[in-house]
Amino acid sequence: MTTATLSPPELVRYSRHVILPEVGLAGQQRLKGSRVLIVGCGGLGSPVALYLAAAGVGHLGLVDFDQVDASNLQRQILHSTSAIGQSKLDSAEARLLNLNPYVKVERYETRLVAANALEIIQGYDVVVDGTDNFSTRYLVNDACVILGVPNAYGSIYRFEGQASVFATKDGPCYRCLFRQPPPAGAVPNCAEGGVLGVLPGLVGTIQATEAIKLLLGIGRPLIGELLLVDALDMEFRRLKVRKDPECPACGTREIQELQDLEVECAVPEVKKGWDISVLELAERRRAGRDLFLLDVREPHEWEIGRIEGAELVPLGELLRSLDRVPRDRDVVVYCKGGARSAQAAHLLGEAGYLRVENLLGGILAWGAEIDPTLPRY
Amino acid sequence: MAITVNIPALLARHAGGQRQHVVAGTTVREAIDQVTRDYPEFGKRFTEATLPGNEFVTVYLNDEDARFAGGLDTPVKAGDDVSIVSAIAGG
Repeated sequence: MTTATLSPPELVRYSRHVILPEVGLAGQQRLKGSRVLIVGCGGLGSPVALYLAAAGVGHLGLVDFDQVDASNLQRQILHSTSAIGQSKLDSAEARLLNLNPYVKVERYETRLVAANALEIIQGYDVVVDGTDNFSTRYLVNDACVILGVPNAYGSIYRFEGQASVFATKDGPCYRCLFRQPPPAGAVPNCAEGGVLGVLPGLVGTIQATEAIKLLLGIGRPLIGELLLVDALDMEFRRLKVRKDPECPACGTREIQELQDLEVECAVPEVKKGWDISVLELAERRRAGRDLFLLDVREPHEWEIGRIEGAELVPLGELLRSLDRVPRDRDVVVYCKGGARSAQAAHLLGEAGYLRVENLLGGILAWGAEIDPTLPRY
Repeated sequence: MAITVNIPALLARHAGGQRQHVVAGTTVREAIDQVTRDYPEFGKRFTEATLPGNEFVTVYLNDEDARFAGGLDTPVKAGDDVSIVSAIAGG
């Protein structure tokens, strides 16, 4: 970490920091000389980037490869309605420089993968993990451990959040807490989870706070502690995270090379010929072919919209409800995007169903190509 | 002895939708088994999530990781909190 000189307008801008004895002029100069990498400019990355830019962290690296979608705006406060369709990095950079022209934004418009993670993370003082999937979280953790860069971690699901600081010199890492990522399909992550829009605000501001404390060397960062946030009961609990001597990343150090893990959207292999496109399904329906259309989403998704004539059996209830799925008819299974329905098709296949097909792209593809009146969600 | 078992949202939907269960038991394992008996699907998911090589949930006794406090056979006393903490990845 280096320090940098502050101009008179910057001194005015940061005056409420400078008068804090814990920050002072030296601390503010230190922030200006600091480099923080924010992985993911979504729900968590939004408040993190905004607060770190406002705080005067001089160099912000942003990693994202996505475009702004209308469904992001319920929580991703870095982006605006006018930015829908733009790259998230364009939108983020414009917003951050408008907020604070004294910061430098470095863009990495790419997915963080094993082949580029070390190169991107190297040289940063702190990484803030605001990703939305297990593969990248484990990759960020392992890269931070290898490089010795602290990781201000946060993650969210529905009304629950977690925050901690991993990969400091003597502290534990993410794998000390959760050794392995969950197998595909075990944790709803891509489609059906849902999240309270304000929750990433709560958790992201904790991550930003921890990043600033780490940069300034003040307070007691969440090293060796996991903060659990429960927005429904508004409860905050701190649990201890021990450094695990058998941890393959920071304990035994077995993990010396990064690996890409394809865990979350991976779906069980569906037998060849078990996929059906929305166009083919529409054609069969037009032709009056008999088929049983099975919707395996959750009831709240069914309420938003459904394909006419379908029956709802959520994936989690499928095996208990096989009596509702006929064995003597062609069955077409769909969900939101095709991942859960592929699992359902696999389960039905294992249960002896012979005439099962998975609707590729799910109801989103049906809405895009066949029935534009269906709401997207 | 009343022990509270806290279950994350991810697993609570397999445990009657309840995130807190007040149970009886003398060890961490017995406390969790009480919930498992009432909700077999929860038990199945919990077992899967704690298999070696597949550990994406961690069990806590109060604020200590049970693995470092004696494992699931650690004794519990009235008023203790057993918490199942699951990896989550949303961002």
